Amino acid sequence: MSPTSAGNGTTAYLLAGARLSDGRTVDIRLESGVVTAVGDRVDAGGATRIDADGLIALPGLVDLHTHLREPGGEGAETVLSGSRAAAVGGFTAVNAMANTTPVADTASIVEQVQALGDAAGYVTVRPIGAVTKGLAGTQLADIGGMARSKARVRVFSDDGSCVADPLLMRRALEYIRTFDGVLAQHAQEPRLTEGAQLNEGPMSAELGLAGWPAVAEETIIARDVLLAQHTGARLHVCHLSTAGSVEVIRWAKARGIRVTAEVTPHHLLLTDRLAAGYDARFKVNPPLRSDADVEAVRAGLADGTIDIVATDHAPHGHDAKHCEWSAAANGMVGLESALSVVQEAMVETGLLVWADVERVLSVAPARIGGVEGHGQPIAVGSAAEIILIDPSARRDFGIADLAGKSVNSPYLGRSLPGAVVATFHLGAPTVLNGHIVERGPLGRSSLEPNATAHA
Amino acid sequence: MKHLLSTRDLDRDTAIQLLDIAEDMAATQQREVKKLPTLRGKTVVNLFFEDSTRTRISFEAAAKRLSADVINFSAKGSSVSKGESLQDTAQTLEAIGADVIVIRHGSSGAPKVLAESGWIAASVLNAGDGTHEHPTQALLDAFTLRRRIHGDASRGAALDGITVLIVGDILHSRVARSNVWLLSTLGAEVTLVGPPTLIPHGIDGWPVTVAFDLDAAIADTDPDAVMMLRVQTERMHDAYFPSTREYASLWGLTAARFAALPERAVVMHPGPMNRGFEIASVAADSARSTVREQVANGVSTRMAALYLTATGGAA
Repeated sequence: MSPTSAGNGTTAYLLAGARLSDGRTVDIRLESGVVTAVGDRVDAGGATRIDADGLIALPGLVDLHTHLREPGGEGAETVLSGSRAAAVGGFTAVNAMANTTPVADTASIVEQVQALGDAAGYVTVRPIGAVTKGLAGTQLADIGGMARSKARVRVFSDDGSCVADPLLMRRALEYIRTFDGVLAQHAQEPRLTEGAQLNEGPMSAELGLAGWPAVAEETIIARDVLLAQHTGARLHVCHLSTAGSVEVIRWAKARGIRVTAEVTPHHLLLTDRLAAGYDARFKVNPPLRSDADVEAVRAGLADGTIDIVATDHAPHGHDAKHCEWSAAANGMVGLESALSVVQEAMVETGLLVWADVERVLSVAPARIGGVEGHGQPIAVGSAAEIILIDPSARRDFGIADLAGKSVNSPYLGRSLPGAVVATFHLGAPTVLNGHIVERGPLGRSSLEPNATAHA
Repeated sequence: MKHLLSTRDLDRDTAIQLLDIAEDMAATQQREVKKLPTLRGKTVVNLFFEDSTRTRISFEAAAKRLSADVINFSAKGSSVSKGESLQDTAQTLEAIGADVIVIRHGSSGAPKVLAESGWIAASVLNAGDGTHEHPTQALLDAFTLRRRIHGDASRGAALDGITVLIVGDILHSRVARSNVWLLSTLGAEVTLVGPPTLIPHGIDGWPVTVAFDLDAAIADTDPDAVMMLRVQTERMHDAYFPSTREYASLWGLTAARFAALPERAVVMHPGPMNRGFEIASVAADSARSTVREQVANGVSTRMAALYLTATGGAA
């Protein structure tokens, strides 16, 4: 598949013969950042034609949980490099977590991240603001300042740390209501997880690694859904990882509590048995769990108890992972592999169809995070945030499949289905033929004709 | 055998072979000249990230009696606090010419990472890693137990049908883990005894019985051996048990419990002992205590382990 220009000076694209998530095969025309036509034999009318035969078109994926590491961790990832990784993975919007250095707990930091994202231009970058100053869990961060800043923050999270103090959690839930925001909680009871290294169970017992018990996640979620009920506030649960957590969320939703939940791709596919060789690529927080937990989170995602998949993309440099287990950093990169892992764990198993994938990776995360201009099912007038994927592809996932700065992927060497063929952001391709479209210094696609030259 | 990282992956034949070679090594230690030329020209580095004078000098004696050159490298503190990575330290030692790296590390799995990372070509011998394993301790314990039971007929023997109680802080004990695997591989029946706070979660699949009541366990199993683990008194501050006195009364090998043991039962302890806490002096100093034999046997066992790893012996 290669773009064939049907005219000069056009910035319109015609995606020919793409299959939508509802099964219809259509032509899709993108122009000026919106979808201008969807249907049979849409007139190319000077648009660049892209053959999408055999490909599925979905609205661009939206990640509610991304670590872009900038400012402070530029050795592992930058807003630019993380944006490229996102685009390659089929994402058109990411929400950048607040645990940077310095922490994104003031207007100036979130505005800086927003500006870096805009300048990079590969995806929409939406900064997440910290709940507490310095993620220290003692004083509220400048929540209003961040909400009213140019970055217009709507998601607040101390991710990496749990808002453990119940009173502070209550106040934060209440206060964030002012701005119609959502608190995304990293559910981890700190006392129950002191020094924790691996899911508490047979593997931690055998390997002699301090256990991270499921109950440490479940008690916080149980407490928080009750606080959400009491305050009427919105709660979002980050990276839910245990069977018990699924049960708690199911119970809370049945009671009408305003809670949403996410699961990561790795918790849908991988288990703690992978830690057997002490390979720190498999060290992540919350830790990889048991087979029963994997089965439960899959079922929870399938029945809607879990609303979304979010990557928890967590880049780390070489040294942070090539060392003894307890000294290694938590986290794994996930943007580039997320869709393939969801296909492997959920679609190939018959638990989700592509319409569900569209919901859990695009529509619902955009709604939860208030990410405007994203997560819109493809229709005339919807934003031209679209990806084309080849579900029949299969590849041995390798370093060449990674587009960010770090290579701490747990999937290296593993066969995964599916491939992102093209990503369109703001109506222009950021990825074509599976490769990033290099952008010039002005953040312009090199494929886009220079407007002045054709004036 | 290129590395000795755990007893978990030692099969029965290999374990018995190792113990038999340790018997050969022990025999040489009865001679007037104890030194063997076996590892002449080889360099053994004792890389200790944690203080452990006992284990270090045991390995040092073992290596020297095999005529190896020994370098002791004390790298106390974690790689992170020290600012040098495990990789750099190991590669430095290899550049110096280490053939075998004996590593003691506070982080579980560090020896395996070292052995399998591709950073070095040297053999790696685990001298205790975090709360994971301490394979040579388990081997010397099995060696000691086998000798007590089989005497001069030890060679080729296993521990089939022998009942062993392992008592104390199982959760944090690398000695316990290594002993569980090795003893059960050799056919012994192992019962773990301790407060539920110090029994690991998730051991349903282990080849052991778990008991909380030491008196009942002694009565029920009629043990051939009772292995008392060292319990750090600081565990009290982390609420694993209310007080040292209560611990001693419920899980210590008191004089009364020692008296209640069957006549043939031996008392083992990896050392160093907390006398009057997990073990009463009357038990520790009795003829049925193997504590000092364990130390002596440690040298023979480690000679066997060094020999097998340094020479890539058939085991």
